[in-house]
Amino acid sequence: MSEGQIKKFMYVNRKAPHGTIYALESLEVVLIAAAFDQDVSLAFMDDGVYQLKKGFNTKGIEVKNFQPTYRALDDYDVNKLYVEKEALEARGLTAEDMVVPVEIMSRAEIGKLMETQDIVLSF
Amino acid sequence: MNIGILINEGPYTHQATESAYLFARAAIEKGHQVSRVFFYHDGVNNSSRLTEPPQDDRHVVNRWTKLAQDHNIDLVVCVAAALRRGIKDENLAPGFRISGLGQLIESGIQSDRYVTFGD
Amino acid sequence: MLHIVNKSPLDRPSLDTCLATAQPGGALLLIEDGVYAATTGNAAAGKLTQAMGQLKVYALQADMEARGVADRVLDGVTPVDYGGFVDLVTEHTTCQSWL
Repeated sequence: MSEGQIKKFMYVNRKAPHGTIYALESLEVVLIAAAFDQDVSLAFMDDGVYQLKKGFNTKGIEVKNFQPTYRALDDYDVNKLYVEKEALEARGLTAEDMVVPVEIMSRAEIGKLMETQDIVLSF
Repeated sequence: MNIGILINEGPYTHQATESAYLFARAAIEKGHQVSRVFFYHDGVNNSSRLTEPPQDDRHVVNRWTKLAQDHNIDLVVCVAAALRRGIKDENLAPGFRISGLGQLIESGIQSDRYVTFGD
Repeated sequence: MLHIVNKSPLDRPSLDTCLATAQPGGALLLIEDGVYAATTGNAAAGKLTQAMGQLKVYALQADMEARGVADRVLDGVTPVDYGGFVDLVTEHTTCQSWL
């Protein structure tokens, strides 16, 4: 890796939490990525917006509650979180339901942003 | 070009690893370099040397091993995802190595193109 | 940029979300179960045809053949082999797989 090279990485999350492991393992990638000093952004689309629905209580299903980790992202300088407007609307959710501050964008706006990335990783 | 590949699903259940393999082979045939394939989520199961498909079926694991040995591809299995699923050095197929998620990010930084295969 | 869809349009919203997100001038490659969208008579054929004004649409020939639908390819869809898949990846600076 050449010194000081910064690439734009976008992580696209489109799957609901708990039903599958993608949300948790995607979060693990983002935490590692933060150590590489790259330009990191996260997009939450489709059922991926449910990953940020506040109020997880996972005691009953006996799995680790990883939601507090989203609140820690800011400490890792990961603060570009984009949430799909149409996905929120289709699920009866608003910005107030999100566990962390996010920027709400239309699909088309996320699409424009995606075009500017070097690497798009989807989970 | 240097092309990096991420595989998120295991063998035989999903087509992801098949598509990735055929894509990688075609990329090499066209003169591109596939420097690293990173296995994540259930994709780590592509590295188990205990895999034994019926004799008349393709051997997904051995195919990766051979492609990697013939074309110097670094097959990296995510350690956290692997341990969760019972993949360790003692049951790792030849040509694969277990390492951290940093290898995925590094591959993204070093590759000209990055392609994800999954479900 | 290149968008890759591998899901049947009747199973998941991947194609819909992809089409609503993709910017004009890009390319869409249908692979695996995604190729069903590129077949005549499929409920998604209309929206795929509509998208062709803005996106170039490709489908992986081997996946269509494997599913017995290679003879029902929608007009305007370009069949490609794995080498063509590689070319699409290298011709576009970024690609997104709508898993």
